[in-house]
Amino acid sequence: MSDSQPDAAAFVRETMLPPEPPPLRSTGVLPWLRQNLFSGPLNIALTLLGLGILWLVFSTLWPWLSHAVWNANSMAECRKIVAATHGPDASGACFAIIKHRWNQFVFGFYPVDLYWRPVLAFGTLFLALAPVLFSENRKARWIVTGLALFLTVLISMVLGAKGHELGAMTLLMLAWIVLIERQPGWALLASLIYPFLAVWLLWGGTIWGPVVALAGFAVGFIVWQLLARFGMFAFAAAVVAAALWWLLLSDYVMRGLAAVLPLRLVPVSSDLFGGFVLSITIGVSGIALSLPLGVILALARRSDLPVVKMMAVIFIEFIRGVPLIALLFVASLLLNYFLPPGTNFDIILRVIIMVTLFASAYMAEVIRGGLAALPKGQYEAADALGLDYWKAQRLIILPQALKISIPGIVSTFIGMFKDTTLVTFVGLFDPLKAMSDTIRASFEWKGAYWEPYIFVGSIFFILCFGMSRYSMYLERRLKRDHR
Amino acid sequence: MVDYPGAASPPFRLSMLIYDRRYRSLTIQAVVFILVMLMASWLIDNTLKNLAIIGKTLSFDFLFRRAGYDIPQQLIPYNSDDTHLRATIVGLLNTLQVSILGCISATILGVIVGVLRLSSNWLIARLMTVYVEVFRNIPLLLWILVILAIFTEIMPAPRDYRGENPAANMILFDLIAPTNRYTAVPGIGMSNPPGIIALGREGISWAFIAYATVLVLAIIGHRILRKWARRVQDRTGRRPTTWWITLAMYLLPVLLLTWHFGLHLIPPVLRGFNFADGINLDNAFVVLWIALTLYTGAFIAEIVRGGILAVSRGQTEAAFALGLRPGRTMSLVILPQALRVIVPPLISQYLNLTKNSSLAIAVGFMDLRGTLGGTTLNQTGREMECMLLMMGIYLILSLIISGGMNVFNSRVKLRER
Repeated sequence: MSDSQPDAAAFVRETMLPPEPPPLRSTGVLPWLRQNLFSGPLNIALTLLGLGILWLVFSTLWPWLSHAVWNANSMAECRKIVAATHGPDASGACFAIIKHRWNQFVFGFYPVDLYWRPVLAFGTLFLALAPVLFSENRKARWIVTGLALFLTVLISMVLGAKGHELGAMTLLMLAWIVLIERQPGWALLASLIYPFLAVWLLWGGTIWGPVVALAGFAVGFIVWQLLARFGMFAFAAAVVAAALWWLLLSDYVMRGLAAVLPLRLVPVSSDLFGGFVLSITIGVSGIALSLPLGVILALARRSDLPVVKMMAVIFIEFIRGVPLIALLFVASLLLNYFLPPGTNFDIILRVIIMVTLFASAYMAEVIRGGLAALPKGQYEAADALGLDYWKAQRLIILPQALKISIPGIVSTFIGMFKDTTLVTFVGLFDPLKAMSDTIRASFEWKGAYWEPYIFVGSIFFILCFGMSRYSMYLERRLKRDHR
Repeated sequence: MVDYPGAASPPFRLSMLIYDRRYRSLTIQAVVFILVMLMASWLIDNTLKNLAIIGKTLSFDFLFRRAGYDIPQQLIPYNSDDTHLRATIVGLLNTLQVSILGCISATILGVIVGVLRLSSNWLIARLMTVYVEVFRNIPLLLWILVILAIFTEIMPAPRDYRGENPAANMILFDLIAPTNRYTAVPGIGMSNPPGIIALGREGISWAFIAYATVLVLAIIGHRILRKWARRVQDRTGRRPTTWWITLAMYLLPVLLLTWHFGLHLIPPVLRGFNFADGINLDNAFVVLWIALTLYTGAFIAEIVRGGILAVSRGQTEAAFALGLRPGRTMSLVILPQALRVIVPPLISQYLNLTKNSSLAIAVGFMDLRGTLGGTTLNQTGREMECMLLMMGIYLILSLIISGGMNVFNSRVKLRER
């Protein structure tokens, strides 16, 4: 090499090079295809495999889907129509079952003229969530609340709500939206009241039941404020006062008020609940109740107090070690054993209790992960500021820990929402199995296997996928570091 | 807190239980403990009262009475004259069987899908994304019901396999025949069986013991070989090629034993209206297994993908810069780091799969819930005992699995300095 160095400069080009052809394009369809689908033998094989799978799925499903019948009154009629239009051997989907019975999949056996109540409860859920979830982004908030109002009223109208009902729900939702826009602090309080409103809307009966139950919290709060200077005693006194209210007074107060001012909706009993109304009721109440319980359990498990910690560990590990089905059977078979003789309460309520306990154990583990992921400096900084335990948790630790755990919280919720289908095994009418079986048991729709599954599966997919996308959005929005 | 020698500590007063931080924690714990115990005693008291009202006592005697029901699929000999206890064990073994097989197949599927989702092939990556999202966002119960419907509605009846020009064909080299009642798979036969150690009604084949011994010996041999290779590498700087010795150590004895025992597959053959000779797997089991595999596989795929993405590209480049070959880069640099991320959630998926196997109720597979929490409970009317026992068994299973995870975690934990 080195001895050829002196000669290196000897070469000087004397002729012009002929012009090169233009470089192959690196953008456009063909280069993209080559890069992404056919870049090597393995890649080509994979592409062929993928095309094969696509073709297999498509060739099995397409004829069936393209022969779909939407207008028919029974399975036999569907088959007749398919045979008439596509030949005797053709098979076709019979989505007429969905068109005919969609209301059972969505509302179960809920009285038809009361459909607007679950719709309103679901619509106002978004208003209740607005201050919590969409508070910062005004555009998102307007879109969500506006859509909630518009769709709720529209759907209720289509489902046959009467004029005064429509008017009342529009007024209620409009007032709520104004509250969210003008008085965010009060809107948060409205969100706390929401569960009682939803219970009243779904189950009906006198309004004073939920109001009196809510008043228990107010009583507790007032006692706490009055005795605030006694520190921990005030809290204990508040709990005792609220418990006394609920156990001793509330019944009389409720009856008295109901006699004076009978504001009531037509009561709907729990055995009429079914379909997605049931799933969403169980799912939403489960998550709403399990989140605070999960926070407390997570704090207890990380606490310095050995007894408290041990109890939290036992509870969490027990619940996490047992399948939900077993807990649901406990709810349906054993819960009555654990309560004073003679008590017999609603199966939906029993299931909600079990689902809540189940979800709270998982929630506690997710939140514990968030607490553990928080840098130690945050705890030390809180201590250095002289904050006591609860203030430190409330102002510094939990906001950050909860933010870190959002993906886990949402995936716990998605898991729980999917698990609400298991209530079918304790005799409730979930949309997936019990409802499909019920409809299939009728003479007209015997043999409709796939259509209900496709319909219910799609709705579950949309809801769960939507939630997981939303958690990604929330994660991005709440990200404060690493900009 | 610093103790000043001059300042005598104040005498203990009752109010210090609340206002002094040193004693307050004790007070809180005592109060919580008392409250929880009161709650527990209230629950137990109610239970005893309720049991007394309907005239029941808590007793597990029923476990030793005759069960009187049949279980379609069983790993140990069982008939309806056996006790409820034995039925429970059969159910537990069925749960374990479907869980373990499910974990294995879900892991294989999940790893393949997770890797393919990262592939540069646009089509395959998209297809795998669709698979993962669809299976993760739809309840497992739906998949079980759909696959059950596929098996009962679409699969041919056993008699469709008959004749010169059958309506259905067996798949996989004529070895497997899915039908609408069961799935016929090949059995395993030995032309030179070594005999059985009888343990009561069960027996352990000597062949099984031989294979297990050979496997254990191979693992020990593998370890010794690796130690030797490392010593040689430390001394000479050159690592001897050992992969073929390892392969031979694992494969040769197994092949030899197989040849010696004359181990072979017995394909299922249609006799009359049903398949015989092979094993007819109950479709309830097959459906549950497939559904658990597909559902959990989607979750495992995400875990694997996350684990691979978690190892930064710089690690690969650094390993290459150090002169490691791609295979050793994978085994020494990438995998140990990716596994640290993958294994804990993977094991929690195994836990979920084990618990989800209780969805056997939807297909009528007789697992632990089907026997102890199902037929036994209904026949004896002992809800309390059956549910407690069943939850206890599930709890023990879970604790064993999560105990395994803790051992792994503490072994691979980053040594922080």
